Formats: sequence, structure tokens, C-alpha cells
Amino acid sequence: MDLVEFQGKQLFGRNGVPVPPPGTACRTVDEVVAAAEKHIGDGATAVMVKAQVKTGGRGKAGGVKYAPSVDAAREHAEAILGLDIKGHIVNVVYIEPASDIAEEYYLSVMHDRVNKGHLIICSREGGVEIEEVNRTNPEAVVKRTLLPAESVGGLNIGTARGIVAEAKFPADIVDETAELLVKLFAAYRDEDATLAEINPLIKTEGGQVIALDAKVTLDDNAAFRHDGFSEWKIEGIDADDPLEAEAKAKGIQYVKLDGSVGVLGNGAGLVMATLDVVAQNGGRAANFLDVGGGASADAMAESLGLVLKDPSVKSVFINIFGGITRGEEVANGILEAIKRLGDFPQKLVVRLDGTNAEEGRRILEEAASDSVVAAATMQEAAATAVELASQA
Amino acid sequence: MSIFIDESTKVVVQGIGSQGTFHAKRNQAYGTHVVAGTHPKKGGTTWEGLDVPVFTSVKEAVTEAGANTSMVMVPAPFTKDAILEAYEAGVETIIAITEGVPVHDMTEVYDTVVRRGGVRLLGPNCPGLISPGKSNVGIIPADITFPGKVGLVSRSGTLTYQIMHELAQAGIGISTCVGIGGDPVIGTQFLDVIEAFAADPETDAIAFVGEIGGAEEQKAGAWIRDNIPDIPVVGYIAGFEAPEGKQMGHAGAIVKEGGEGGESAAEKKEILEGYGISVAMNPSEAARLMIERLQQG
Repeated sequence: MDLVEFQGKQLFGRNGVPVPPPGTACRTVDEVVAAAEKHIGDGATAVMVKAQVKTGGRGKAGGVKYAPSVDAAREHAEAILGLDIKGHIVNVVYIEPASDIAEEYYLSVMHDRVNKGHLIICSREGGVEIEEVNRTNPEAVVKRTLLPAESVGGLNIGTARGIVAEAKFPADIVDETAELLVKLFAAYRDEDATLAEINPLIKTEGGQVIALDAKVTLDDNAAFRHDGFSEWKIEGIDADDPLEAEAKAKGIQYVKLDGSVGVLGNGAGLVMATLDVVAQNGGRAANFLDVGGGASADAMAESLGLVLKDPSVKSVFINIFGGITRGEEVANGILEAIKRLGDFPQKLVVRLDGTNAEEGRRILEEAASDSVVAAATMQEAAATAVELASQA
Repeated sequence: MSIFIDESTKVVVQGIGSQGTFHAKRNQAYGTHVVAGTHPKKGGTTWEGLDVPVFTSVKEAVTEAGANTSMVMVPAPFTKDAILEAYEAGVETIIAITEGVPVHDMTEVYDTVVRRGGVRLLGPNCPGLISPGKSNVGIIPADITFPGKVGLVSRSGTLTYQIMHELAQAGIGISTCVGIGGDPVIGTQFLDVIEAFAADPETDAIAFVGEIGGAEEQKAGAWIRDNIPDIPVVGYIAGFEAPEGKQMGHAGAIVKEGGEGGESAAEKKEILEGYGISVAMNPSEAARLMIERLQQG
């Protein structure tokens, strides 16, 4: 799960990572005006108006603005609320007392899949994309992988100091930044994050080191030990696709895509392969949906209902490999799901393979449902589903 | 022959709830030697339906029942401790079926179990493995295949079954089929399995099913080119149509946005083909390529 900036800063703040004075998350222009009045009244020289979306490049897209007055804040809020940043609509802006920036740096901790450890990246050059710095000036980027055995009980302050010094931070802030890195690492571990990134990390005119931005990704698999990450779930902040949100609530593995062939299968790999075969037959899948190993009637009805809710779905490709769950059980599950869902115009192209697939196909044939078109192979099913989608 | 499990495999099951019992029974019915289960409170009883003892700890299952392999079926919050317990108890092989294990837990487990060596860990979030005619540990449906000479290794469950099934219909059997799992941190990698197949005198060809995300397929591909250029190897990478930044079901199946590249199916295919490995565009084509390669002799 990705956090937006102000949530990331809350997470940093409670773990002792220095952040700017707390701001206010706003959903309307009126709220922005009230917040700007408050922060400026409290002594801020200016406020920042920052789009809260789960994507990078907000600044470039006009989603981050400096407002030296309440009027300026209003003007920026009017422009930013509702803005589309790479397909993410801005529903919330964060109003934060502006910080004086003397210098900008980069600092992050992330899970290192290749080395099965933790990767710390530190650079004297911040405020721009780190991938860009890595390309143009790789010497300015220090990367250090730490194995769990090297970080038992947290990141050692000496190690942190070494990394910061190697990145050639100004001598007067090496200690302070090293301490911040130790706390950032602890936040990353204790909160079960897979990414905790600060870009930019700044030195203020007053010489303080603070996290001016925060990008945090939490490990969904660890939600059980953090109360389901419920504290971070805020309605409509940077709305996931509504169908994805519904699927998540129901525990269904669903990803919205942009085609017209609804896809449903058992097993993540098989479903990915199904998307591939649909594309190879000239179509585009409308979604990824894994009903799970069993493909029971309940799971099938719930999943099929979700796929059909998407108005762009013109046909559905149900791709099931009967393993432990036998073909006849799968076939009966599909028929039961159709019965429960009532009338729908889309045809379901069903391809059943594996254990007792013939028996399953026979059951579907005998039921003679108007909704079902049987197919013998994945290729044939994909071609049929694509054809039906283009006719609809 | 086969790799990792065979007739001498003696399984203790950690996690004897309904799922654990269901699959352990199937494994036992196939002929796998399931010798014990463990449960913190049911030590000293008999595992109903399997007629084998239940112990409090894996250590007892090793010393009392001769277990040399553990199948981990406990819920995700307890998986790290279960794997570490099996490691300490001295089994040779740990097969972790459980899905949804936190990545930090697995990173620690990897450090202890895999980096230190001596014990094979498969998974987590994997279907297990089968050496047809000898042993089946995990949730792979056994009756869709039979003993043969193709080694199969995969990050995906049902997709593996699909290929196994298509090979079987063409009269081609399997030496061992290994599901390595779909998580970002897993114990046994593609390369480990492929090295084992290469050393197995009765595995004559290798089929592998990769996915988007990570770079393990490429690592295995480079090794194949350098070490076993004459063994027929056929692959498929699932997820040509997967968009960047979206997790496709498996925790590890994601092409990182703005990442360093090499994680998409198209990039992996290109890299592997550069190593001289045939990569199919879909599972049926992979099976067909393998059948053709074997029929050519």
C-alpha cells in the first residue's frame, strides 16, 4: 500500500524523522483558505499547496505550488484540486508551512529484492529524480545493501555516518543526517515498509535537516501486525479504481485494465497468460482477476459479478485449469454463478482444462446456457472472446 | 531420477488445520511418506485421517519419526518461526506453501536458512513439488502427469499444471516439477533448480515458467548458456500484457515503475533469447516447443 505525502510525513514524524511543522489536508478550496489563514496567522511566511496523489512528478505537472498569501493559496487550490496527474485525479491537497531551502539532497531505504536485503541510497543531489542523477552523475549516488544480519537491532550509527560522508554531505550536517538515517531505517523496519524515500531531504537556511517530501510503500502482507493498516485508509484520497477498491474489500485479486474482454481464471500465472493470449488474438483484456485455486461457486459468482460491473466489458473469458478442483465442480460453479447473477448481455467464453475437463465441458453443454460459449483451447477461447467483444 | 524429493523423503507437516490435513492426505494417498504432523497443543495424539503421530515440535518429528522434510502450512503470521524451527530441527528440506508472508520476515529467514546453507528452502507462496511416481509434497494435482525426463520449474501454480498436462497429452512425462513460488524473496531460485536438473542424469530437458518482476530468469539464462548449451530448454514468461507498477496477483509479479529495466516479460524474453533459449509467447506454445525439441531427438 502506498501512502501519500502527508501520511508518509506522519509516519516519519512519529518515528523521530524530522519533518516540517504539521500542515492540513484539505478537500475543498474553502478548507484550503481556512488552513492557509491559520498557518500564516501562526507565523508561517508562506504555505505550500501540494497535490496528494500516489504518483511521482507532481511538481512538473503543476501539482506543487508556493503561496506567499492566502489569496495565492486559494488560486493554486482552485487549479490543483481536480487536476489529472498521470491519470490520478487530485482530491486532496496538503497545506504546509513553507520551509526555507538552502540545499536539497536525496535519501531512501528500500527492500532489495535482488540481494535479499535492505538498500540505502544517499545522494548530495536531491529534488530531481534519482534515476536521472544515477544516469547523469552516478558518482553522486551512494548505494549500500545491508543484509538483515548486518542490521540486527537497527542501522548502526557508524554505518550511517559512513554512507552520508561518502555521499559528500557538508561536514556540519553529517552527524545530524546520519541520525536521521538511523531513524528512517527504523521506521522502514518497524512499520513494515518496502520503501521509505525522502526527495528532497533539505538543509534549511537555519541549518536543520528535514524531510521535505515523503514516499512510503507498506507491505500489504504485513497488515496483520499493524491493525490492517486501517489508520492509513482514507476514503477517496487518490481514489483507486472503484472496482479495484471493491475487489480489495472482498479479498479478490483484481486489476483494472483498459480493454473490453473481461478475464477470470484460477491462479495468478494462468491469468497473466490469459491476458497475453487475448492480446495475441488482437484484443485487450479489461481486467486481471484470479479466483484462486478452488474456483468454487461462491468465488465464481462473486468474481464474475465484479468483472461484469465494468461497463467496458463486452465479453468474458473464463479460463480454468482443473487441478485438485475437478472439471465437473468448476462447471457446476460457473452454472451456479450464472443463475445467481441473473440476466447479463455478455457471453462467457469458457475454457476448461485439466482434471475431468471433459466431464465439465459435458455439463456445460447439457445445461445449454445462452450465456456460455465453450472453447477447447486457450487460443480458441481467446479468439472467440475477442471476436464477441468486437461485435458487441 | 528426480531432484529434491524422492522415495526417501519423509515429511512432517507443520500446520495440521483443515488445509494442511486435506493436502497431507492427498500427498499420503499418492505414496508420499508423511510421517508426522506438529501442533503446539496436540503433541502425543494421532493425526486423524492420516494415522500418523502428532508432535509438539519438529525436533521430535525428526528424532522420533525420522522426518527429513518439512511442509509448512501454518498461517502467514507464524510462517517465519515455523521455517526457523524446521531449520533448527535439522530437516534437509523445507517446503513453505503458505502465502502472504511479510517480505521483511522472509528477508530474515533467507539470511538464516539460505545464506548459511545446508538446508533447502522452497517457497513460500509456492505449490510445492512432485517427482512423479515417487513423492508429491504440496498442492500440485498429481494425476495430470507421470514419470518422465522433463524437468519443470515455475513461479506459477496453475500455469505449471497447464504445461505439465499438455506435455502429458503428448506422451511426455516429468522427472520433477518444482513450484518455486511467486514472492519477492523465496528460498530456492530458478538457477538453483536448473543447476539441480543439469546434474540429474535422468532429466533430459528443462521447461521453465517465469513471470514479470525481478531478474532471476535472466540469471538462470546466463548460466544455461555457459553450462548446458546442449540441453533442450524452453520457457515462457507470463505477463506480456501486465502494466507497469501493478501487482499481478503474486506479490513478486510487478514491473517496478521507473525501475532499472529487465523486469517486463518482453525484456526477459529478449534477454533469454540472447542466451539462445526458446521463449514462447504463451503456455501452449511452450509445451509445443518442448514437444518439437524432444521429437527432433
